[in-house]
Amino acid sequence: MLKDITLGQYFPGDSLIHKLDPRTKLIAVVLYIVALFQAKGWIGYGAVTLATLILMAISHISFGNIFKGLKPMLFIIVLTALLNIFYTTGTPVVEGWIITWEGIDRAVKMILRIVLLITGTFLLTYTTSPMALTDGLELLLNPLKKLHVPVHEMTIMMSMALRFIPTLIEETDKIMSAQKARGADFETGSLIQRAKALLPILVPLFVSAFRRADELAVAMESRCYHGGEGRTRMKQLHLAGRDYAALVVSALFLAGIIVLRHFGL
Amino acid sequence: MAEIIVEGLSHTYSAGTPFQKTAIENINLRIPQGQFVGLLGHTGSGKSTFVQHLNALLQPTSGRVLLDGEDINKDKKTRRDVKWKVGLVFQYPEYQLFEETVYADIGFGPKNMGLGKEEIDERVREAASFVGVEPELFEKSPLELSGGQKRRIAIAGVIAMRPGVLILDEPTAGLDPAGCRQIMDNICRYQRETGATVLIVSHNMDDAARLCERLIVFDHGGVVMDGTPEEVFSRPQELIQIGLAVPQSTAIAMALQEKGLALKGAVYTHEQLLMAVEAAKGAALC
Ligand SMILES: Nc1ncnc2c1ncn2[C@@H]1O[C@H](COP(=O)(O)OP(=O)(O)O)[C@@H](O)[C@H]1O
Ligand SMILES: [Mg+2]
Repeated sequence: MLKDITLGQYFPGDSLIHKLDPRTKLIAVVLYIVALFQAKGWIGYGAVTLATLILMAISHISFGNIFKGLKPMLFIIVLTALLNIFYTTGTPVVEGWIITWEGIDRAVKMILRIVLLITGTFLLTYTTSPMALTDGLELLLNPLKKLHVPVHEMTIMMSMALRFIPTLIEETDKIMSAQKARGADFETGSLIQRAKALLPILVPLFVSAFRRADELAVAMESRCYHGGEGRTRMKQLHLAGRDYAALVVSALFLAGIIVLRHFGL
Repeated sequence: MAEIIVEGLSHTYSAGTPFQKTAIENINLRIPQGQFVGLLGHTGSGKSTFVQHLNALLQPTSGRVLLDGEDINKDKKTRRDVKWKVGLVFQYPEYQLFEETVYADIGFGPKNMGLGKEEIDERVREAASFVGVEPELFEKSPLELSGGQKRRIAIAGVIAMRPGVLILDEPTAGLDPAGCRQIMDNICRYQRETGATVLIVSHNMDDAARLCERLIVFDHGGVVMDGTPEEVFSRPQELIQIGLAVPQSTAIAMALQEKGLALKGAVYTHEQLLMAVEAAKGAALC
């Protein structure tokens, strides 16, 4: 079912990671990604992997959930790995073979890098509600308002999009069921037939998306929404001791990885 | 012929995730050909989940559904064919209209069945007349019609498949009283003239009392009552306890009884109420 898509889904919980301020987590994820791309040798990769596993354990996110999120990326991961295995020059594994030790080394690192990248961002979205995420982002980007970047408008658009993804998925599910009940067939037939079969889903979906947008706009206006100016928030974000601690740990971690890289590890 | 047998039917949504939810559990029912059945129950009691099993839109987590003795989930083909035999009209079906014309939208189901042009034409006209849609509307876009008209066209889209079992999930939700009456009349006519089995999910107890020959009451994913309107509405306290209403007449009868008027028998229609009150008056005079 469409519902089972976990990409960008929030799993409520009360672990330490869940409780961190969204700003802390956003910054930490950026540091994590930089660290991941700074890792060079196996020790560096090992350190990032270990850190990821520890974070998963703390936030109670299981391998199953991560794997579900990785599934759509499987093709890209396998393709990258194959390209690296076959197109890296070096010492052949067996005399005369095209596969080299260097290729395998690079392929495994590539897989690790993609998997860890996705896992890291998933840990963010799994442990942070979309609302908290956009609030945090708006606060972090606040300085850009001085440069007349419409930060508030951008983040409110983002939070609406995030808010409506589950609704639209649900709606798609419903429309699909209704058309299936009239014998629509989405699974068999040629590519063109299948593309055509999408029409009975897309038309009602767009109609309802526009209707919803309209209703939402009216609802916002009738509650006097007029943009970000002078707007306060219901949930004030406060950085706590644990946030500073988490930021220090993240920064030290990145520093450590850079040092390792310096020594080629 | 179309007899439905449901054996030990259970369904769990999103099994194995934190959002796991058992919507229905161990439902056993036999619905013979031609019955007019009302499905009652509080929101979230599992009615919609249940009806989506009857045309194989949802697959049971455990248990099975038999149509004329054959498991409808036997293979891919039976799963698809059952869609024409058991027509399901979803809640707010007008949101599924998509074709450019009313005619094409009603004909979508028959077209999927692989019927010829003439056969489709015949069925579209027949279905349209069942729901009282005039042929003048055929070339209009379904999106420019009124809510009630859209609803009737969506229902016609399912009737056009000539299902032996017609299921409607809250077909009158959100319509004005005249629209409600019209749709209920359409459905009754379809049942009378084709002899089809009809299952209707409804929150309108007066409709249920007036039209259905059998009522099945859902609560928390299970069937808690199953019987004639007389049997079900003779236990009004239980209905109220699980958050349901009772027909107007039953409510009035209960209020009268509270005030000390001794009414006999189950009361769920205006006529019964009148008779019971007359009888009680007669008894009081003696
Ligand atoms: N697609 C779905 N995914 C997860 N849970 C669902 C889904 N559809 C319904 N449910 C849950 O199953 C239960 C029964 O719902 P439903 O069958 O729609 O009841 P009803 O039609 O009687 O209101 C509810 O608790 C509802 O939240
Ligand atoms: Mg329902």
